[in-house]
Amino acid sequence: MTEGYGAISRRDVLKTGAAGAAIAGSIGPGQAALAQPDPAAPPRAAVGLKVNGQAVRLDLDTRTTLLDALREHVKLTGTKKGCDHGQCGACTVIVNGRRINSCLTLAVMHEGDEVTTIEGLGTPESLHPMQAAFVEHDGYQCGYCTPGQICSAVAVLEEIRAGIPSHVTADVSKPAPMTTVEMRERMSGNICRCGAYSNIAEAMADVAGVKA
Amino acid sequence: MRPFTYEKATSAQDAAAKAAAMPGARFIAGGTNLLDLMKLEIETPSHLIDVNGLGLDRIEEIDGGGLRIGALVRNTDLAADQRVRKDYAVLTRALVAGASGQLRNKATTAGNLLQRTRCPYFYDTNMPCNKRKPGSGCAALGGFSRQLGVIGTSDACIATHPSDMAVAMRVLDASVETIRPDGTTRAIPIAEFHTLPGETPHIETALEKGEMIISVALPRPRGGTHIYRKVRDRASYAFALVSVAAVIQRDGKGAVALGGVAPKPWRVEEAEALLPQGPKAVADRLFAGARPREDNAFKLTLAQRTIASVMAEAKA
Repeated sequence: MTEGYGAISRRDVLKTGAAGAAIAGSIGPGQAALAQPDPAAPPRAAVGLKVNGQAVRLDLDTRTTLLDALREHVKLTGTKKGCDHGQCGACTVIVNGRRINSCLTLAVMHEGDEVTTIEGLGTPESLHPMQAAFVEHDGYQCGYCTPGQICSAVAVLEEIRAGIPSHVTADVSKPAPMTTVEMRERMSGNICRCGAYSNIAEAMADVAGVKA
Repeated sequence: MRPFTYEKATSAQDAAAKAAAMPGARFIAGGTNLLDLMKLEIETPSHLIDVNGLGLDRIEEIDGGGLRIGALVRNTDLAADQRVRKDYAVLTRALVAGASGQLRNKATTAGNLLQRTRCPYFYDTNMPCNKRKPGSGCAALGGFSRQLGVIGTSDACIATHPSDMAVAMRVLDASVETIRPDGTTRAIPIAEFHTLPGETPHIETALEKGEMIISVALPRPRGGTHIYRKVRDRASYAFALVSVAAVIQRDGKGAVALGGVAPKPWRVEEAEALLPQGPKAVADRLFAGARPREDNAFKLTLAQRTIASVMAEAKA
């Protein structure tokens, strides 16, 4: 599929009388052909994601990162923008079961992918065990990095259970053990400027059922 | 970020042909380095060719021994593969020493080889940089060079290649398998894949226009003790000041390559013949002709000590 400069722009969608939300799926191919492309408009593309179990269809400037798509278009602002360069981990979400930096991936590259954000892990009424453990162990201060920390922490325990090795695994020919040393190493992509690290490590150990 | 058009490639050759035909086209796989650089407008592609979904994400055994690693195999999956952990542990060790868990889940084998330097002057668009803007000069020469190269560099560029994975692949004698726009394929020995800067630091690999990596082949396992020792300013999630990849046999012979010191994984086969003479002899040969700067001269001592530590570990 090519989405070039000739693709439907948001302005075109408004011109053709579609809803302002620019749902690409609502535009028929005939209408697309009739639309007059604006050569100066940045290229756009359509993408369908499954976010926290719900299908969403978006028409986006191709430059839109998954992070900006989630925050600005799907309106799920739990996922945070920290450095926007993959260094801080505040934007960590789980895509098809794996944690990634949502700031370093384009939304249009995620057609059909299942995205889990902090909003999808639990709700205030029914917290995910990791969310409850962060509360219990005071695993934050300002809270800005927390959604990323929790998404990362949930995925880290899965990675250890799956036996994936890490830098601190003594013998990589064997499955990695569920230890706090393993958890700490694997959390190095999530920065906390308030310095809640030891409490985050305790929350993770609690959920994993090991001694911190 | 500059605007760009986007398409998903339908085959490797289709991707290579389009990349060669369209000015400003770039491949995108994991995107973890390319998007970072696009945000800073250091990379400004006008068209992205998404090469995910071409079936290049498998690790297969080669008839007669060895492994063929698809270009799109994620760093996590390569590190976790049982065959790699058993027979090429230096590669697993190097991979898990690099980046963060989030990045390793996305970064690919080919993308890791093709990542750009993290020289601070390459990243700072207010500074001259011959790699970013050919002919503009090198701010690193008179600047802060703690992280930068001590050998293989030139008067035009002292950047290092940042990969850990590539250093392990160099010690394993991997070869990089590619497809050209006309559909022909070739295998480039990893030793020849990355080029030295000379007068043209913006040219970093032997790849031709549009040529795309499809896999990396590892020769049959050679046994030995596999070690990857990375020395850095933090215990995790930092680039190497010096790293040593080594495969040492019981008789003390072996292969050694260094990261963090040069524009490519640094291996000198003649230095390996000196392993029985000890780390000083090996390091002296590895760094013959080195041109360290005031800020990074410590890397020569650090490298020798790291080699000593690796040799001691191999003997233990």
